[in-house]
Amino acid sequence: MSANKVEEKLFQNRYRVDAGRPHISIKNPELCTNQCDQPCTVCCPAGCYTQEGNGRVTLITDGCLECGTCRVICTEHRNVAWEYPRGGFGILFKFG
Amino acid sequence: MAEKFDAIVVGAGPSGNAAAYTLARGGLKVLQIERGEYPGSKNVQGAILYADALERIIPDFREDAPLERHVIEQRMWMLDDSSYIGTHYRSADFDQPPYNRYTIIRAEFDKWFARKVRQAGALLITETTVRDLLLDGERVIGVQTDREGGAIYADVVVLADGVNSLLARKAGFRPELNPADVALAVKEIHFLPTETIEARFNLSGDAGVVIEMFGKITQGMMGTGFLYTNKESLTIGVGCMLSDFKSQKMTPSQLLENMKSHPSIAPLIAGGEMKEYAAHLIPEGGYNAVPKIAGEGWVIVGDSGMFVNAVHREGSNLAMTSGRLAAETLLELAQARLPYTARNLARYRRKLDESFVMKDLKKYRRLPSVFHRNPQFFTAYPELLSQAAQTLLRVDGEDKKSKERAIRRSFVARRSRFGLLGDAFKMWRAFE
Repeated sequence: MSANKVEEKLFQNRYRVDAGRPHISIKNPELCTNQCDQPCTVCCPAGCYTQEGNGRVTLITDGCLECGTCRVICTEHRNVAWEYPRGGFGILFKFG
Repeated sequence: MAEKFDAIVVGAGPSGNAAAYTLARGGLKVLQIERGEYPGSKNVQGAILYADALERIIPDFREDAPLERHVIEQRMWMLDDSSYIGTHYRSADFDQPPYNRYTIIRAEFDKWFARKVRQAGALLITETTVRDLLLDGERVIGVQTDREGGAIYADVVVLADGVNSLLARKAGFRPELNPADVALAVKEIHFLPTETIEARFNLSGDAGVVIEMFGKITQGMMGTGFLYTNKESLTIGVGCMLSDFKSQKMTPSQLLENMKSHPSIAPLIAGGEMKEYAAHLIPEGGYNAVPKIAGEGWVIVGDSGMFVNAVHREGSNLAMTSGRLAAETLLELAQARLPYTARNLARYRRKLDESFVMKDLKKYRRLPSVFHRNPQFFTAYPELLSQAAQTLLRVDGEDKKSKERAIRRSFVARRSRFGLLGDAFKMWRAFE
């Protein structure tokens, strides 16, 4: 499936994005380019992590479902700084 | 907020609500903190509500709880790429009140449960994320929230903050989750007219059907799929162990797309309008993965404590029961004027050990490792059984004895005689 299709799914969801204050970040981007097969780019159910042509990983947290997958699978370098969004921000499930 | 509470409950899911409700009813001054806009807005489940666990907390919940359908039929499907083989159990006994289980929509249900908690006397603040536990040496004395001047104090903190359990982890009470101990599940909700759902699943009134599935839909990963009927919607999802997701190249959303297009599943959801896509981790590490659940001034309840029975797809009932038992322990200590020390709170673990929660987890303690090491249960067997059924059912002029021989040969060719025996033994050990 194209990244497109995940975006279509996420489009159905309700979010209150905390603009400019992402709740997840990559601690040291250099570590992602070296000796890591970048499972975050496959496993994130919202497709927040993208593998770039230059071997880097880009993270955009706007569509995050706050599951915790990226943090738990980053076992090589523990390179994901993961917090919940500020109170009231992030995904707001209508049905859950 | 320099106010001090008897107890702070972090989270307003099933375990947090069960704990806060029980504590407030017991007369304690309780603060419940929820990070979502409303209780339920951060919570994800299939979702099945098992009546018994809630009945022990709110006996008359059926009067006003938002319930979708009571379940009268359970289907278990084993799928290969083109077929399913399985069992259906439908009983009119399950159509007699009081009903045993219901499908629910968590955003609605959690809102209702939290309202009950407030009515019982607890104070709820929403849109507030707890960032850290406040410690005095080893002892938890309160929480630090993301509100201005966000320190709040209490004699005891109930950690109902969900599977990620960030607070206990940050405080050093437990290590990071192991990818082999959590499943990642993705699901969608599809809306359809009530009449369509009732016709497709042979239902009337508020009766419902649940389908649990395993086999090729998880592409060799250890996991299961599900399809539940709500009043005007269907929820469909699939979950696999995170360690398995990590070692293959399929995205979770693609896995769900493939499952939705399976020839046995597609007609059931056809024409539905998808209105939400959700993902959630499920703590499925079982008995051996349960962390330390009580210490100086703190207890862990619900998903944070790994209380999920993956075999029977039970979690919210274990969550509510752990919340209730933790609260009952705190109330007993309060009544006896005993402090919330690790030593005194060990009573909570004993209560859990004596309940179905730990007994069931203990019963299946070997199962996670058996399935991890033996993917054939999710790949080879569904295919072999499906082929066997087809061989027997297809009428093509071949005699039945030859057909049976062909089936036997197919099993031996795929798994060898030793392999078949070993697999039978492993299954017996896992479920013993």
